[in-house]
Amino acid sequence: MLRQVEGSKAVADAVAACSPEVICAYPISPQTHIVEGLSALVKDGSLKNCEFINVESEFAAMSVAIGASATGARTYTATASQGLLYMVEAVYNASGLGLPIVMTVANRAIGGPINIWNDHSDSMSQRDCGWLQLYAENNQEAVDLHIQAFRIAEEMSIPVMVCMDGFILTHAYEQVDIPTREEVEAFLPPFTPRQHLDPADPVSIGAMVGPESFTEVKYLAHQRMIDSLRKVQEVADDFERHFGRKTGGQLRSYRTEGADTIVLALGSIIGTLKDVVDELQLDGHSIGLVGLTSFRPFPFHALAEALKGAKRVVILEKAFSTGTGGIVTSDVVRAIEGMGIKDFTVIAGLGGRPITIASLREYLTNAMQENVERLTFLDLETETIEKELSKERALR
Amino acid sequence: MSTTQIKFYQVGSFAVGNRLLREDERSVQSDPERTNALTSGHRACQGCGEALGARYALDAAMRATKDQLIAVNATGCLEVFSTPYPESSWRVAWLHSLFGNAPAVATGVAAALKAKGNHTTRVVAQGGDGATVDIGFGALSGMFERNDDVLYICYDNEAYMNTGVQRSGATPPAARTATTQAVGSKPGNVFGQGKYLPKIAMAHDIPYVATATIADLRDLEAKVERAMTMHGSRYLHVLVPCPLGWGSASCDTIKIARLATQSGLFPVFEAINGEVVASSKIRKKVSVEEYLKLQTRYSHLFSPQRNDDVIDHLQRIADKNIERYELMED
Repeated sequence: MLRQVEGSKAVADAVAACSPEVICAYPISPQTHIVEGLSALVKDGSLKNCEFINVESEFAAMSVAIGASATGARTYTATASQGLLYMVEAVYNASGLGLPIVMTVANRAIGGPINIWNDHSDSMSQRDCGWLQLYAENNQEAVDLHIQAFRIAEEMSIPVMVCMDGFILTHAYEQVDIPTREEVEAFLPPFTPRQHLDPADPVSIGAMVGPESFTEVKYLAHQRMIDSLRKVQEVADDFERHFGRKTGGQLRSYRTEGADTIVLALGSIIGTLKDVVDELQLDGHSIGLVGLTSFRPFPFHALAEALKGAKRVVILEKAFSTGTGGIVTSDVVRAIEGMGIKDFTVIAGLGGRPITIASLREYLTNAMQENVERLTFLDLETETIEKELSKERALR
Repeated sequence: MSTTQIKFYQVGSFAVGNRLLREDERSVQSDPERTNALTSGHRACQGCGEALGARYALDAAMRATKDQLIAVNATGCLEVFSTPYPESSWRVAWLHSLFGNAPAVATGVAAALKAKGNHTTRVVAQGGDGATVDIGFGALSGMFERNDDVLYICYDNEAYMNTGVQRSGATPPAARTATTQAVGSKPGNVFGQGKYLPKIAMAHDIPYVATATIADLRDLEAKVERAMTMHGSRYLHVLVPCPLGWGSASCDTIKIARLATQSGLFPVFEAINGEVVASSKIRKKVSVEEYLKLQTRYSHLFSPQRNDDVIDHLQRIADKNIERYELMED
């Protein structure tokens, strides 16, 4: 049933429909409404057989999740920004132990300077942590990705981050269909852990692994991550069979047929970019769009396939590696190696700066002529920058 | 007061003849069917107090829960020497996650059991003093505040032994560690305000807080068993001498633990809901010097010349404990 509802509330209801047994969270903007919603559902009894733990930090949130998941409970938490960084040690531990925890990251910038608004620097900082990362384009996809995430995580024994743009999605009211618990149950079987803490069959989990085995343990994790690529697609296809919606999966192409220029992006900006592509095509430009849903695992083959025939790809990123440039770009470049496709990167929307259609049109019009630098910061106030730089250089 | 009801048959000795007791009064360790929760073959040093304490504590917890136990372990000596992959000395369901998160992980285990309607399996978390009073302190306080159903056991050897004997928040004043060396005008650890976790735990008003040492293993067993009769957050702080870090003879581990209690430096007591209800009386009071002299971490107090100021200061700390916890019989 379609409901006009806030993104966070929709996600809370979707997570509840997945019948988690342990939810633990520490509040941080813009994640708060999700866990507030879930705490109410547990408190009023509509989410049964579930423990909601108010912890004293994000580090504890992920740690509680680790203990719960290792005991065989379906476990959920949510965070953002500084909170994600504060739990990083446990984030790596969860994937290292192969615990299928699902976590929402309500994407927000990382300080300093402190900034509560949206970009992707938080989840991108966790690129290599061994978790899957799925990015939602809109609130319907955010809802659907959470339901898919539990199934992917539990079938692969890998934790999954569902990344949704803070405020832009979490606080936006949209029409969303939230499946009922019965509908979800038909899609998502009960959690059967591969291994769990059980006095009847005691195992030691988390032993110290030395140089003689560490590489093999890490290689197996690498292989499992690669194998999960197929699972991401499989689960999205099965989701479509159950719910009639094409959401999730590895990536989705939009009007890329015969396009010379293809823009690639993640998250909610895809919606804006679809409008820009529509406008530019109306003006006779040869341009299309690829929305990347699965950043980890990275769909190298599917992306090469999606970009085949294009002359150039423009990667729009809401985060970057200081002193280097695009983060997603480095993977894209590997995917298109030897295909003769030129790559351009545009960094946009940092710390919540609005990405306007006008700015995108101007930038893309130039990019289609290859009349841009390989790395561009959209709407950069060059005058301010020049003034600051000349002052700094004078001091050196 | 000793927490057990057992009478000592051999006057003047701490040994108790199990054969003279009814079966249900005998120690857990006297039972050939005991779990051996931390079984032999592990890689602890000779004379390790922590290995001894952990085996007694977990075996007692296993008996108290009829083997329905899950143990969570912080990073540290105990974790490292017991589980070099692919070996494990643990004969209980056991989980190690990180250094600073054992209380929160245990909370998660307890929450999962509750959500699944499992009311028989109980949870123990354990860590050294570094994991407990320093890096995991926030998580522990959070666990106490929520009164999560976990018994947390701290094996206190008064420094970071696993990484090579660096100072922790539980290192006593004047003790030499790798980061508080016996050099300069004030050798060894500083005289700070201290960070005495049993009292901090009591300030959370949790159902049960107790201290114990490996010098009185029956007392340790009894306290674990008592803790397992209760629900909510319970805290047990066990003094476990470390021959390597303290610079003591391996054969003196138990003796040193006993001197710690008999000098008053380490008070042994029990508190229910934040109030001290019982303390183990000193049987034969000794000076702190007797305790200090057996450990090279204090050797700078005695040579090249005796440092009376510092020794007196430590004696005053012991005397204050004796008064505060009523450690002497009237």
